[in-house]
Amino acid sequence: MALLKITSPHMSSAGKTGDVMLTVVLATLPGLALLTWFFGWGNLINIAWASLVAVSCEALVISIRQRSVMFYLTDYSALLTGVLIGLSLPSLAPWWLTLIATSFAIIFAKHLYGGMGQNPFNPAMVGYALVLIAFPVEMTSWLAPKSLPGNDQIPSFLQTLTAIFPFVGGEAVDAFTMATPLDTFKHKGEQLAAQLWASEPVLSPSSWLAWQSISAGYLLGGAYLLYKKVFTWHTPVALLVAMTIISGIFWLIDPDSYGSPLLHLLGGATMLGAFFIATDPVSSATSVKGRLYYGAAIGILVYIIRTWGNYPDAIAFAVLLMNFAAPFIDYYTQPRTYGHQISHQKTRSGQ
Amino acid sequence: MNRKLWDFHGGIHPPENKAQSTREPIVRPPLPSRLVLPLQQHIGQSSQCLVKAGQKVLKGQLIAAPDGYVSLAMHAPTSGTVIDITSAPVPHPSGLTDRCIIIEPDGLDKWVPHSGISDYTRAEPERLLQIIRESGIAGLGGAGFPTSVKLNPSEEVTIRTLIINAVECEPYITADDMLMREHASEVIQGIMIIAHILKPESIQIGIEDNKSEAIESLKNAIATHDREQSIELVVIPTKYPSGGEKQLIQVLTGCEVPNGGIPADIGIVCQNVGTAAAVYRAIIKGEPLIYRVTTFTGEALGQPRNLEVLIGTPVNELLEFCDLNDSELNRLIMGGPMMGFSLLSDSVPVIKTTNCILASTEAEIPLPPPEQACIRCGMCETVCPASLLPQQLYWHAKSKDYDKAINHNLLDCIECGACTYVCPSNIPLVQYYRHAKGEIRMLEHEHTRSDHSRQRFEMRIKRLEQEAAAREEKKKARQQAAAKASAARNKASNNQGAKAAVIQAALERTRAKKTRLATDSKSSVNRAEPEPETKTVTGSDNRENT
Repeated sequence: MALLKITSPHMSSAGKTGDVMLTVVLATLPGLALLTWFFGWGNLINIAWASLVAVSCEALVISIRQRSVMFYLTDYSALLTGVLIGLSLPSLAPWWLTLIATSFAIIFAKHLYGGMGQNPFNPAMVGYALVLIAFPVEMTSWLAPKSLPGNDQIPSFLQTLTAIFPFVGGEAVDAFTMATPLDTFKHKGEQLAAQLWASEPVLSPSSWLAWQSISAGYLLGGAYLLYKKVFTWHTPVALLVAMTIISGIFWLIDPDSYGSPLLHLLGGATMLGAFFIATDPVSSATSVKGRLYYGAAIGILVYIIRTWGNYPDAIAFAVLLMNFAAPFIDYYTQPRTYGHQISHQKTRSGQ
Repeated sequence: MNRKLWDFHGGIHPPENKAQSTREPIVRPPLPSRLVLPLQQHIGQSSQCLVKAGQKVLKGQLIAAPDGYVSLAMHAPTSGTVIDITSAPVPHPSGLTDRCIIIEPDGLDKWVPHSGISDYTRAEPERLLQIIRESGIAGLGGAGFPTSVKLNPSEEVTIRTLIINAVECEPYITADDMLMREHASEVIQGIMIIAHILKPESIQIGIEDNKSEAIESLKNAIATHDREQSIELVVIPTKYPSGGEKQLIQVLTGCEVPNGGIPADIGIVCQNVGTAAAVYRAIIKGEPLIYRVTTFTGEALGQPRNLEVLIGTPVNELLEFCDLNDSELNRLIMGGPMMGFSLLSDSVPVIKTTNCILASTEAEIPLPPPEQACIRCGMCETVCPASLLPQQLYWHAKSKDYDKAINHNLLDCIECGACTYVCPSNIPLVQYYRHAKGEIRMLEHEHTRSDHSRQRFEMRIKRLEQEAAAREEKKKARQQAAAKASAARNKASNNQGAKAAVIQAALERTRAKKTRLATDSKSSVNRAEPEPETKTVTGSDNRENT
């Protein structure tokens, strides 16, 4: 009789990293559905294309690194990166834009740092930031939402496909593009906020409905992930609360010049960022207390960059900046260990 | 019972798997063909063997004595013959062999004369402690620390609370549960004896709410035996590892055992229910610890149940008794599935700390899937009962960055396995920590050793230097003395007048001699006398010239 010699613990709940990633992909569905409803097929096609690129790049690098391709592909982390990039890019982003963002994310931001679990920066956001800096025009033209009165030009599937992949050879589109609410608000110049809300079509109730519905969709997905205990509440709640507080303060001081908390929470990628980007465990702070600081700092940074910086939406830069700070935050937010008086007394004394 | 309870950080709820071994009452298996009694079954010094091969022993006879304060007495579990004292496989994670007394039972099961104390309340606590020590009782919960030592805290501390650990939080194990169901009165009386020794202000039994039958029996026993109702039965929520000593203290009192300290430092002593029952038998019946209740469970057994096992019974005979399906057996675990260790051989004996033997099949406890990369999801952190950062410890342990691991309080890890249990990447975290702890211990050992050698070396250098200095000193002193002497002589010889006088005197003496020779040619007295003097003078002159 050959007895198995294994040290304790013998039991495990036999989870899989892949299950975690698939749950996150699943949670993006409400947001994605609403995005598709209001803006057409574009993001769905982007996601499919980005996922294909992501998984192919992952397979390529892993085979170059001489590891088991299927073992790594089934952790579905590359798929998730592709989905997140596809969600973030404008719906009619050309195919090469998605290709550049995604391949850069997987090859450079992920695998050159050592692959799964080793990357200090959120790969999807590295890819996104790259194309945002390099191709500002393509990155800032969004379609007008379907809910906008008079917008009967939401392109068909084939038209969208042709717009993204011009070589498909379908009928050319003449879609009605416009800036995002945050972009519009950023470039309002001397106009008062109230005038802007009254005059700009993108801020009209019917258009605003689209934007806030999509945000609500991501919020719903985030709530599902919290319920499934994929992450703890600390990062997203800290992020949203910090952003509400800082935008609320400025808005109360001068509501004519500063956007309301609602605009900041629902008008852009805040919800997507709070629940799907900032919660990326690999690149974020890992201690529970640290995640509070990490989330709050992202919320404040997003507001600062949106209000005084050059970019109307700033999730990517805020997340990447805090990725830098994550190890530092972890170092100083160790929990108090059982039976210890002060937390990390030894580390504090600089050992 | 409305009582404030505290919670400890983290914890998990693994499948309990306790029902299968509680269907039958505790059974006493037949006498084994032989008993293997390791001299080390406890924390502390090995016991000192008192018997020789070939010697006849009676049941309950002392066969090994404690060797030092933190050590344990051992008794023959049945009557028979000591057939050997030799190295045999012992139940230890290392799988090593150790010295064991091997007894062949004679089947008579004949007791050595023994008697208990009928009224322990009149006995001096010191006397009771002595009996507990002589009865060889160690903590039956798992660690096996000599009970008499634990019940005799230092003079500086006052024990305010006695906590009885009836939690039994690990899956599969039901030995304490069954003991309480069937022998609650022994347990309660044992607790009262312990309380008589310690005189605490409060006595609390902590038990998980999944043991309703045991709770009921304990309640009845308390009502019967404890007239003042001084024992408080506290039902706590089921959560692993609330049966850890530190965690139970936190749940019941809200206090934490200080880092590096013991519960007695905060006025608490913890005892396991099994230990309490053993104390009862030792004091009231005069029976030393020679048997215990052990759970035999797992899907490889046809009849999983609790057995009243003689200490030293080989595991294979008991597995046989529980209808082992040999072909299905995959892992043999001593202890629970969370903290127990796998046995390399089924010939090892049940010892005083063996609360469970888990004979599992491959389907029941499969091999863990391959380890994936850590995604720092932090699930391990949320379940860690010691409030550590397992994800950081993992990085530091893996990269052999032991200083950082120590700074993250690796050494506070209790190896409960909760982190490994929840890890979605199937990383064997506890194994990494255990390895790192071992490495750290080894490094510390090497460090101490190199410190010693350095000290020895430095002492030697110092000694050699001192010797050299002493020699130098002596040499100097000698030189000085010599210099002084020669200086004195030089002084004498340098004095010109004296020199002249000496020469004069010598000449005069010669002259006188000549005259004497002339006057008395036969006399030669004192002839040699002047010569040395002249010589000395010349000698010192020579020295001066060179």
